[in-house]
Amino acid sequence: MRQIAAKVVNLGAGKTLTGLAALTVIAMAAAGCGNSSGPATSPSTSTSSTTTAGHQGGTFTILANSNFGVADPAQNYTLEEWQLLIDTHDGLTTFQKVGGVAGTKIVPDLATSIPTATNGGKTYVFNIRKGIKFSNGQVLKPSDFVTTFERQFTVPGPTSFYSGIVGASKCSTKGCNLSKGVVANDQAYTLTINLTTPDPELMDQLALPFAFVVPASTSLKLTGNNVPPGTGPYMWKSYNPNTEAVLVRNPFFKVWSQQAQPNGYPNEIIEKYGLQVSDEVTAVENGSANEVFDQDAIPSDQLSTLNGQQYAGQVHVNTLTADYYMALNTQRPPFNNLQARQAINYAANRTADVKIYGGPSLAVPACQILPPNFPSYVPYCPYTTGSQTVWSSPNLAKAKALVKASGTAGDTVVVNGTTDQVGKALAEQMVSDLDSIGYKASTQLLSAGTQYPFIQNSANSSKWNVGYSQWFQDYPAQSDFLNVLLGCGTIHKNSDASPNIAAFCDKSINSQITQAEADESSNPSQATSLWTQVDHEMTQQGPWVDLFNPKQIDFLSKNVHGYEWNPQWYILIDQLWLSK
Amino acid sequence: MAAVAEEARTTGLRPATAGRSPWALAWRRLRRNRLALAALGLFVLIVLLSLAAPLYAHDIAHIANPFQPNLNGKTILDGKTVPIMQRGGGILKLGETPIGPTGNLHHYFLGADNTGRDVTSLLLYGGRASLQIGISSAIICCVVATLVALIAGFFGGTTDAILSRIMDVIWAFPVILLAICISTELLTDTQGLRLGPFIIRASSLWVPTYIIAGIYVPYVYRPVRGQVLSVVNKEFVEAAIAQGASNIRLIFSEILPNVVSTVIVLLPLMVATNMLTESALSFLSVGVQPPNVSWGTIINDGQDLLYTRPWVSLAPGIMIVLTVLALNVLGDGVRDALDPRAKLRVD
Repeated sequence: MRQIAAKVVNLGAGKTLTGLAALTVIAMAAAGCGNSSGPATSPSTSTSSTTTAGHQGGTFTILANSNFGVADPAQNYTLEEWQLLIDTHDGLTTFQKVGGVAGTKIVPDLATSIPTATNGGKTYVFNIRKGIKFSNGQVLKPSDFVTTFERQFTVPGPTSFYSGIVGASKCSTKGCNLSKGVVANDQAYTLTINLTTPDPELMDQLALPFAFVVPASTSLKLTGNNVPPGTGPYMWKSYNPNTEAVLVRNPFFKVWSQQAQPNGYPNEIIEKYGLQVSDEVTAVENGSANEVFDQDAIPSDQLSTLNGQQYAGQVHVNTLTADYYMALNTQRPPFNNLQARQAINYAANRTADVKIYGGPSLAVPACQILPPNFPSYVPYCPYTTGSQTVWSSPNLAKAKALVKASGTAGDTVVVNGTTDQVGKALAEQMVSDLDSIGYKASTQLLSAGTQYPFIQNSANSSKWNVGYSQWFQDYPAQSDFLNVLLGCGTIHKNSDASPNIAAFCDKSINSQITQAEADESSNPSQATSLWTQVDHEMTQQGPWVDLFNPKQIDFLSKNVHGYEWNPQWYILIDQLWLSK
Repeated sequence: MAAVAEEARTTGLRPATAGRSPWALAWRRLRRNRLALAALGLFVLIVLLSLAAPLYAHDIAHIANPFQPNLNGKTILDGKTVPIMQRGGGILKLGETPIGPTGNLHHYFLGADNTGRDVTSLLLYGGRASLQIGISSAIICCVVATLVALIAGFFGGTTDAILSRIMDVIWAFPVILLAICISTELLTDTQGLRLGPFIIRASSLWVPTYIIAGIYVPYVYRPVRGQVLSVVNKEFVEAAIAQGASNIRLIFSEILPNVVSTVIVLLPLMVATNMLTESALSFLSVGVQPPNVSWGTIINDGQDLLYTRPWVSLAPGIMIVLTVLALNVLGDGVRDALDPRAKLRVD
């Protein structure tokens, strides 16, 4: 998932069934993952309703620099809205709503349990909870899910997540009939999902907000800024992209699963738009708001003001499962040459890149594709001096030798980047690194909204050589990085939704990806080691210059308590409570 | 000569001024306008400082490439070697802050920007780019607008209608938005902008120059066309026509000299306007492209440093203000010198 810009990802076919185990035991390698480096307090995941009631009340105010665009949950693909949608809506499954490692665990939400696949991994029968009501008072029925999934194709949303459902291939914005793929039985309160091929990541995909249930009466067309009713503890009172979004309590909500959807603390959640981030920080410092939206990059020099002891309990830093990288265009010179790709990997000054992002407290240099905290992650960095596991410094001698051997010295290289401060500075640093090993590099800076589709579309392939990008997990699965970003199946010619920006395709590695996906259900340990192998082999092929794995800052006002950081949703807004 | 006699008649000046050309008179008036001369002096000083950018960077600050990021570099502060980018303190050690002004001309006099580059060097180089774009685009804009205005005003009728409507269309576009659209298109074209035998690369300063020149043509066209229309039916033009003068001669020998003062008055004002536009475009990252810098790009780079290193943005901001102020005052002075309505006051 991109941090800001929405994207549409086609995961492609060819996935095989994986047991939930592999996805739910994304054992965070670092014991501290998910914990704040600040002295955040973490309420127990088994918070009783008594303590919940004790902390309930108040208005929690978030300040965000910009709005999240169209609010329809079938289409919106931003963390900004997702952090609110998880408080207003529910799906069949969800990621456990707690902080830390446990937050990556898939648990049943509106389904009573996680079903076992039948029919060779192609059929799942969900038992739907009874007695749950939408925020408009309507009773939840299994048939509501049919509309929800059909809307994915008629609105449309990033349909690829659910393109494996029987009948989905014939759906379009003109209409959709999933009567054979999503079969509801309102009498038995069951929902059967039939797939064309087994999908090992279906439970994760069902936990995404695209699959959050809305009433069957909801229009099949885009609802714009009107969010359809949901079943969560809050409901959308209003959303004006120019001013604010307001969530208030859902009068029909009652807790059915503390793990999946606990009750929230604040009576009202307001997200206000339009302030400069520096002003947001000032407002939170002053206590006139409660949170700087966690995707708003705090200006680097203002960060230093947060180092004071007085803010120690208000600042929380967490490692993200994300990559900042420079994709190398493998379809044209000079980076269709392996030695040239390896050369720039050796030359990249990742220490400088980390400084651009805010220093070692906010980013960790990286060489490999897979970020830390995945079970298959084994530190690997061949592109440095000294140790082959941790990046220390550029190896310019090796880089220059490789450039010479590749015969690409003197080639012109266009570095495509974004116009924001970090994107521009990273592009300029990359130009400097390329120049240092004998290329003639220049920048091509576009606004973030233009740049991401531009570098994805193969029609523009002749216009750039190095493309800056960043990737944040959609859900905790290794394939979300290794397959989605560098698998052969995610190259879509002349499409703005071709997440394999480097257009890298290695048949041998791709067959290992297929095997790893197949092994996830039958032989998880084998799958884990295979993913590790894929990660390292891809790194050796150098389709990217991986720059660093970012960390994230949450800055909260002094009167906020109960901070929890979930690896999937990040800050859990409704689990925060305000001291009176 | 006739103009001088007319001036003497209307102003009651003594014959001492008789025999001087209108340009000499204008220059005389301008010389007497101390404010305008001070503005001219300030502008020349800024130009000279900007031209001295390589001298400062290489011989005083000893920086090989002032445009190259220097995030891992070090400098001298109070006799000690210190890193240019300084890590935040406290428990969390958040942020990397560039070194602030040292007051030492040899070592980061105005401090460093967000990529560790010397702000003073960038400021001087930025001035070169901003001035080059401002002056070049103003000249191009005025020349093109004057030619179009001469053709429209002289031929009138359909020609005038078509050209004026084209100008109206350009005028109707929001300037910045139009410039952003054109810039984005040009930036993604690696082949560059082809103008006959010339190819202008995306990173060239000529890209913003031509864009700015183009979008401001209507702003100069309108007053000049009005002036042409007021001149085209004058007796001396009719006399020239009676003598069999060709259209070319009529336009360039009879009409142009009588409207050129309007263009000259507009020129410094357009330089100022264009520099502001360049700054705005560069601030939005669609003007001057790296590795080049302009005052606008430096302000943009300093955005995130406003709390701790305000000089990164303030210094180019002040330079823009001073330059634009100087050009506007100078423009007023030139107008006073050339505008007949100002003669009495100036003399």
